[in-house]
Amino acid sequence: MRVPISWLREFVDIPADVTFEQVHAALVKVGFEEEDVHSFDVTGPIVVGKVLEFTPEPQANGKTINWVQVDVGEDAPRGIVCGAHNFAVGDKVVVTLPGAVLPGPFPIAARKTYGHVSDGMMASTRELGLGEEHDGILLLKNLGLDPEVGTDAIPLLGLDDFAVEINVTPDRGYAFSIRGVAREYAHSTGAAFRDPASLVTPVSVSGFPVTINDEAPIRGRIGVSVFMARVVRGIDPTRPTPSWMASRLRLAGIRSISLVVDISNYVMLELGQPNHTYDFDKLSGGFTIRRARAGETFETLDAQVRTLSPEDLLIDDENGPVGLAGVMGGAATEISDTTTNVLVEAANWDPITIARTARRHKLWSEAARRYERGVDPQVAGAGVARVVQLLEELGGGTADDLGATIDNSVAPSPIDLPDGYVAKIIGVEFSADEVTESLTEIGTTVVATEGGWSVTPPTWRPDLTDKATLAEEVARIVGYDRIPSVLPVAPPGRGLTREQRLRRLASSSLAAGGLTEVLSYPFVSQASNDLFGSPTAGGVPAITLANALDPDAAWLRTSLLPGLIATARRNLSRGLTDLALFEVGTVFLPEAGTAYGSGPLPAGDARPSDEVLSALRASIPPQPWHVGALFLGDAVAKQPGQSAVANGLADALGAAQHLATVLASPITVATGTHQAMHPGRTAELRAGDRVVGYAGELLPSLAAELDLPRVVAVLELDLDALIALSITDVTTAPILALPAATQDVSLVVSNEVRAGDLRALLVEGAGELLEHVTLVDDYRGPGVPDGSKSLTFALRFRAADRTLTQAEATEAKNAAVALATARVGAVLRE
Amino acid sequence: MSEPTPLTESAVEQATDAAIAAFAAATTLAELRTARAAHAGEQSPLAQFNASLKTIPVEERAAAGKLVGQGRARVGEALSAREAELAVAEENARLAGEAVDVTAVASRWRTGSRHPLSLLMEHMGDVFVGMGWEIAEGPELENEWFNFDSLNFDEDHPARAMQDTFFIDPVESHLVLRTHTSPVQIRSLLTRDLPVYVVAPGRVFRTDELDATHTPVFHQIEGIAIDKGLTMAHLRGTLEHLARAMFGAEAQIRLRPNYFPFTEPSAEMDVWQPNAKGGARWVEWGGCGMVNRNVLRAAGIDPDEYQGFAFGMGIERTLQFRNDMNDMRDMVEGDIRFSQQFGMVV
Repeated sequence: MRVPISWLREFVDIPADVTFEQVHAALVKVGFEEEDVHSFDVTGPIVVGKVLEFTPEPQANGKTINWVQVDVGEDAPRGIVCGAHNFAVGDKVVVTLPGAVLPGPFPIAARKTYGHVSDGMMASTRELGLGEEHDGILLLKNLGLDPEVGTDAIPLLGLDDFAVEINVTPDRGYAFSIRGVAREYAHSTGAAFRDPASLVTPVSVSGFPVTINDEAPIRGRIGVSVFMARVVRGIDPTRPTPSWMASRLRLAGIRSISLVVDISNYVMLELGQPNHTYDFDKLSGGFTIRRARAGETFETLDAQVRTLSPEDLLIDDENGPVGLAGVMGGAATEISDTTTNVLVEAANWDPITIARTARRHKLWSEAARRYERGVDPQVAGAGVARVVQLLEELGGGTADDLGATIDNSVAPSPIDLPDGYVAKIIGVEFSADEVTESLTEIGTTVVATEGGWSVTPPTWRPDLTDKATLAEEVARIVGYDRIPSVLPVAPPGRGLTREQRLRRLASSSLAAGGLTEVLSYPFVSQASNDLFGSPTAGGVPAITLANALDPDAAWLRTSLLPGLIATARRNLSRGLTDLALFEVGTVFLPEAGTAYGSGPLPAGDARPSDEVLSALRASIPPQPWHVGALFLGDAVAKQPGQSAVANGLADALGAAQHLATVLASPITVATGTHQAMHPGRTAELRAGDRVVGYAGELLPSLAAELDLPRVVAVLELDLDALIALSITDVTTAPILALPAATQDVSLVVSNEVRAGDLRALLVEGAGELLEHVTLVDDYRGPGVPDGSKSLTFALRFRAADRTLTQAEATEAKNAAVALATARVGAVLRE
Repeated sequence: MSEPTPLTESAVEQATDAAIAAFAAATTLAELRTARAAHAGEQSPLAQFNASLKTIPVEERAAAGKLVGQGRARVGEALSAREAELAVAEENARLAGEAVDVTAVASRWRTGSRHPLSLLMEHMGDVFVGMGWEIAEGPELENEWFNFDSLNFDEDHPARAMQDTFFIDPVESHLVLRTHTSPVQIRSLLTRDLPVYVVAPGRVFRTDELDATHTPVFHQIEGIAIDKGLTMAHLRGTLEHLARAMFGAEAQIRLRPNYFPFTEPSAEMDVWQPNAKGGARWVEWGGCGMVNRNVLRAAGIDPDEYQGFAFGMGIERTLQFRNDMNDMRDMVEGDIRFSQQFGMVV
């Protein structure tokens, strides 16, 4: 809401030298956040001039300019070059003299043009920032003005005014008006308030038939509660909008169109009562208010033909619809530049009906915005009276006795406010006087009852619905500064949950291990999901956004890898070529054959039944936490005495093993396959018998398609699963201190035999004495048959109760080798 | 083989002096070993004198033995001393040879980092855990009932349309990406025993295009406390404690009237940031208020028995003014240089 200060001042006392900062501060204090400030941005000298004579001068470029002599109240006239032709000798115009600055900024100087020195400029409405009119210069007679030559035009045209813009929260519809803001300014500063609604007297007129025929009220509410109308005849359509009105509308952000339309908008802004003016001569018979028929069409005055819904509310005359109620009037009965007789209408429409219609037709008119938040039902009469008054005063019209007066509005219900309740909520021991005075000040009627008060809100405050809303008003009017600071004592807490601790640990240990955490958007393409996550085939429902910002990324991720790849590409494009990235985040994993979502929702003001609640909880797909990582470029850079170590599968697998160790959640590594991964460099990661993720290198062809280097190692693990399988009850083995015996063994096996499997056989075969075994070499070449390899393991044996002899160690080793020979044909290499 | 040198005092002295001189002349441990073999080994003159003692008449043997013994002792001492000297010199030479330019030593470590938004969220959560609160979590893809209806935004509430919500297709499924972390409030109230003191950090979504000041995906932390007798004074106290933990002991909280469907009364909170670059200032930080009676009813709680407060603030915004950052895009693009400025602390 933009509030011109000159206008606000009409209804509340404001210091003459007030600054916009002071007005903002006063309004912020009572809950209206500051948004902006608006002014005309003009600097003088800008004065009234009179055209003394002019000479048209045709130019080589085909244009004709006028060389004009203008009296600006100085000793001698000024010579000004003017391209417009809409003036005559004797016309009074607005002259911007050298040194003036117009909005733009556009500084005015004496300048040489078309063979003359133009000593200023004759300004148009648009050049002054007053409106869009630019077909010629502004003639003051068109504004009904005939000031002295030399008069300062800035105050004359209201160009010295400014407006503050405030944010009006959805509960305070009444503050979408000068009336409401003036009242709040008074609450904040204590200044005297004059209600503009009480400055006019509504007249109860009749004779214009209005039938309310709402056969389908929404949520049980009839679409209209108040309908006031009155006819004004004999308006002079040539009368201009006075400059004070034009400048206020301009500052309020509304374009000046014609006197009748401007008056309608002016009253809406002043009183907060949207209203409509019909060309009375284009209407036939009376009005019927009804719901639209499905598929019915109607042309609104923005020249759009709209297809209506049965929830839309229409105003019909005998020939059909003339208005989309509360939102926009119809094109056929619109005011034109020949309209002389007008029907003025101000109604109170149901907020829900209007909001749904505005949303459905994306037609957030000024009227709809106000009705959605609630309009004072008791200001409709004043609204009509004020429009009629201005049409008479400014348009030369005469009010007729023909009209309509319908008021079915329901008076606000009283609210019980127990004594002490406000203090109990706010934490300030307000006196009874503070409570009643604050509530009276905002317009409620307060009646003492046993144990408290009965408080009836004013008609403009539909947001006051319970005692908590009254508590807020008291705190707001007395001032939130009064609220003290008291730290509450919570009951003893249990700290982070195990899941929360382990998730933090996973992130911290990867970061400590040299990876950088990134947080990607979860929006991906279907192709990315199909490639990296669970494919959508096989009855898995699609989880997509209905209103994605980027239609190519409307899917919710089923894998963290597309986001990591996009982030890697961004880093690469910035010349960062060695990357180790990770993300810990949720993915969205719909299950095959499940339909997500819920039917109509239960009301929000009571606890739904357990069945309904569990259905609501089950209406969303699983969203587990995953951890993903990506490596490319070098792990260790080339440096003095250090050759580069390239990132690869080892880094992805190492990160997985590291996480498994840190989280005490053992995983096993097996050969894996994945459509996006290198067929020979992919590992499937299992915890127990469950696949919890994979690590590998991207398919080089895919990497090339993505403009990535050939080797990109990636890892993705189901972090929830890892954490769920994390060992919570470690049974500690005794730490044996007697000397160990170590032995190496080299076994020749077929290349097909995987080292991990051979190692497992050694563990099984060696028995209890084997404490530790690790692969130290993989040799292929002379001395080993083609198609075979020699794997060397270092074995460490130890006994709990004695120092082992080499003979015992050898015996255990031989048993291990024997099992390996029996199972996979391993041959001991001497 | 030449005749053995007769064992005389001068002969012993000469052999001893020769040995000591030879040791002194050795410049390396290897040379010293050679000199030791020649002058203290089995074939050395002193060893031979020692061996010849048994041939000396008994009455002269004691004096001769003493003479040889003294000579051998002097040689032994000289040898040890020289050995120690040469060992030190050789170790020093080796150390000098091993010296490197410590400003050019190759690094085999990678440097990683957490994202500052994650760190800040954890830090803020920890302030509450320190007061006995717990951290609650909930889904990002949420049913509208939890995101709106239960929080007193009914279907036709103007604020519901103002939330710039991402809807899941089809819209009639009533699924959305949560627009705030508030659905965690109602989930917590429905499942936890009273009193409830929880904070809910997490990721939220609004249909804003990414630019310097907006991002469609961002983070919030919300808190809710429901107990008997909690007032707006407790709300202010809690916020002030958080502000001091985040911005220093001088931080303060200012409340301004505002409107949110899920709180009544509602307030906008500003924080006095004493250590801001460019001077201490008030900064808009978040929203708060007393939990709306309808929200308590939706959770099956009697609003006349229990009451409490809720608050929420943006993590991006907090990081922005706390660390004086201008461009939101730096926080979402994943450029490793951004996170690495913070390391693992924020």
